[in-house]
Amino acid sequence: MLNVEKISKSLGKFQLKDIEIEVGKDDYFVLLGPSGAGKSLTLEIIAGLQKPDSGKIFLNGLDITRESIQKRKIGIVFQNHALFPHFNVYENIAYPLNTQKIKHDKKKNIIYKLAEQLEIVPLLKRNVNSLSAGEKQRVALARVLTLKPHLLLLDEPLASLDVMLKSDIRTLLRKLNKAGQTIIHVTHDYEDAVTLANKIAIINNGIIEHCGTPQDIFLKPKSSFIAKLTGIKNFFPATIIVDDTNNTAIATISNNIKIKLAPTEYKTGKGWIIVRSEDIVIANEYYEFSSNNQLKGKIIEILNTVPGLEIIIDNGCKWAALITHESALRLQLYEGKEVWFSFKSVAVSFIPE
Amino acid sequence: MRSFQSLNLVFAFLGGLILLFIIAPLVGLFLSSSPDSLISTINDEETVKSIGLTLWAAMAATVLSAFLAIPLSYLLARKNFWGHSLIMGIINLPIVIPHTAAGIALLGIVAGNSKSGKFLNQLGFDFIGNPEGIVLAMAFVSVPFLITAAKESFAAVPVKLEKAALTLGASPLRVFFTISLPLAWRGILSGLIMMFARGMSEFGAVVIIAYHPMITPILIYEKFGAFGLKYAQPVAAIFMIVTLIVFIILRIITNKKENVER
Repeated sequence: MLNVEKISKSLGKFQLKDIEIEVGKDDYFVLLGPSGAGKSLTLEIIAGLQKPDSGKIFLNGLDITRESIQKRKIGIVFQNHALFPHFNVYENIAYPLNTQKIKHDKKKNIIYKLAEQLEIVPLLKRNVNSLSAGEKQRVALARVLTLKPHLLLLDEPLASLDVMLKSDIRTLLRKLNKAGQTIIHVTHDYEDAVTLANKIAIINNGIIEHCGTPQDIFLKPKSSFIAKLTGIKNFFPATIIVDDTNNTAIATISNNIKIKLAPTEYKTGKGWIIVRSEDIVIANEYYEFSSNNQLKGKIIEILNTVPGLEIIIDNGCKWAALITHESALRLQLYEGKEVWFSFKSVAVSFIPE
Repeated sequence: MRSFQSLNLVFAFLGGLILLFIIAPLVGLFLSSSPDSLISTINDEETVKSIGLTLWAAMAATVLSAFLAIPLSYLLARKNFWGHSLIMGIINLPIVIPHTAAGIALLGIVAGNSKSGKFLNQLGFDFIGNPEGIVLAMAFVSVPFLITAAKESFAAVPVKLEKAALTLGASPLRVFFTISLPLAWRGILSGLIMMFARGMSEFGAVVIIAYHPMITPILIYEKFGAFGLKYAQPVAAIFMIVTLIVFIILRIITNKKENVER
């Protein structure tokens, strides 16, 4: 489908370096990275709005690196939608069709069909400035879909939406992808990647740092940056000492806190340890659990999150544990309370420096 | 709060003085012209003809310049090329130099004894003492207003909209006519009105290129020089009324268009 081969581009002080992306037919590919990482520039190069300094882009086997924007059969939905404010919804959707010689009836037919698919028929005569962010997103999608693009590029499509609308648009995007639309979606929000992608690439400072399935990326992050980007909270610089004779691995983090790891694949050295918030268990007293790591600390903050409560515990390092409202109520947790928390050594990952 | 109110009062007083400074001479112009002299000026063929010529020449200068100035404004707004600042400086030159000097500079180009003047004569253009010369002089001194306004308006159109249109299959020319120009139109229209207004009131450059046929600013000067203040005042008053009516009509049309667009 799409093969981006060693694309580089300098734009002022910013440099996109040797970008390699492979997107298969029907893929939902998410390019995840922080602001200024080069995500939008990568999309613009694929769409043809920017010319790369070097490298090649192939779409369905054809080299489209120097192909004109209009002939690429690639649609792009920009962040903030880029709807034309002097046209109404119908005229916006009709815009790509006006460049083709299509009869009025056929044009109307195409527009109504898409409007039905995207549930925007009642909006067709509306001024685009009067639409909500979610409605604008649907209109922008309808407009680009009139082109029947081989590849649909989405630049932060969920960034300006509230939680409810995000969920609606995610469902819509999933539906489009299932109907056979290949999508590249650019975002800084790892939740978009988790909920939508079947392939993810992590981009930072103009470089693709990791590319793979969501399982690859989120369960085995390759770098500290990826771990942070993917929402991992318990992430500490550490020195690990592996003792092969005793088959132990112990990481020392700040405040001389010792953390036990499953020693199998690590070597002595410096790096970072990761513990997922959901892998941490909280107790009011010390219990003889099977978990190798049992620590004591003081609750300094209790935060509401979508899946439950995030308990921040301080023992010289700040740990985040994710528990349900029910558990918090049962344990009678409050800010300032001393608690024990534990996690298994296999729940600890180590990323070498 | 009290000091804030005092400040407002001081500013209102200062503002009132500047308003008085603008209004007093204009009102004085009407008060010093008797109704009889105004009516006879309206019926004076020479005055009517000169007002007609002034309006026509200013309109022609504006429309003809628009075809060249609008594309240049778009380039200046969108492209950051070498010499961009230099071009902006050159464009504003006609505003900063004395208009008689502008007229002299133009005369050097179009006069029959210069090489370029001879070439223009061979092409059938004769600007000296002709309405074409008036149009040329008006355009020269007033086109910077159009270019500056149009450039600002194009710059205010989000580039993303143009990029979106390109990815939706439109050619760059189609993007210009369907997206950039309609969205910048309000500012361009203001620029056109400003250019038209500046052209109509031009004296210095026109008087060097074409004293005859007389546009109204020259006619007022002629009447003042030959017959004195009393004869110049009614022509000036009538010309002011005509310009006011024209601008009120243009503003109404522009506002209506703005309301429709909203």
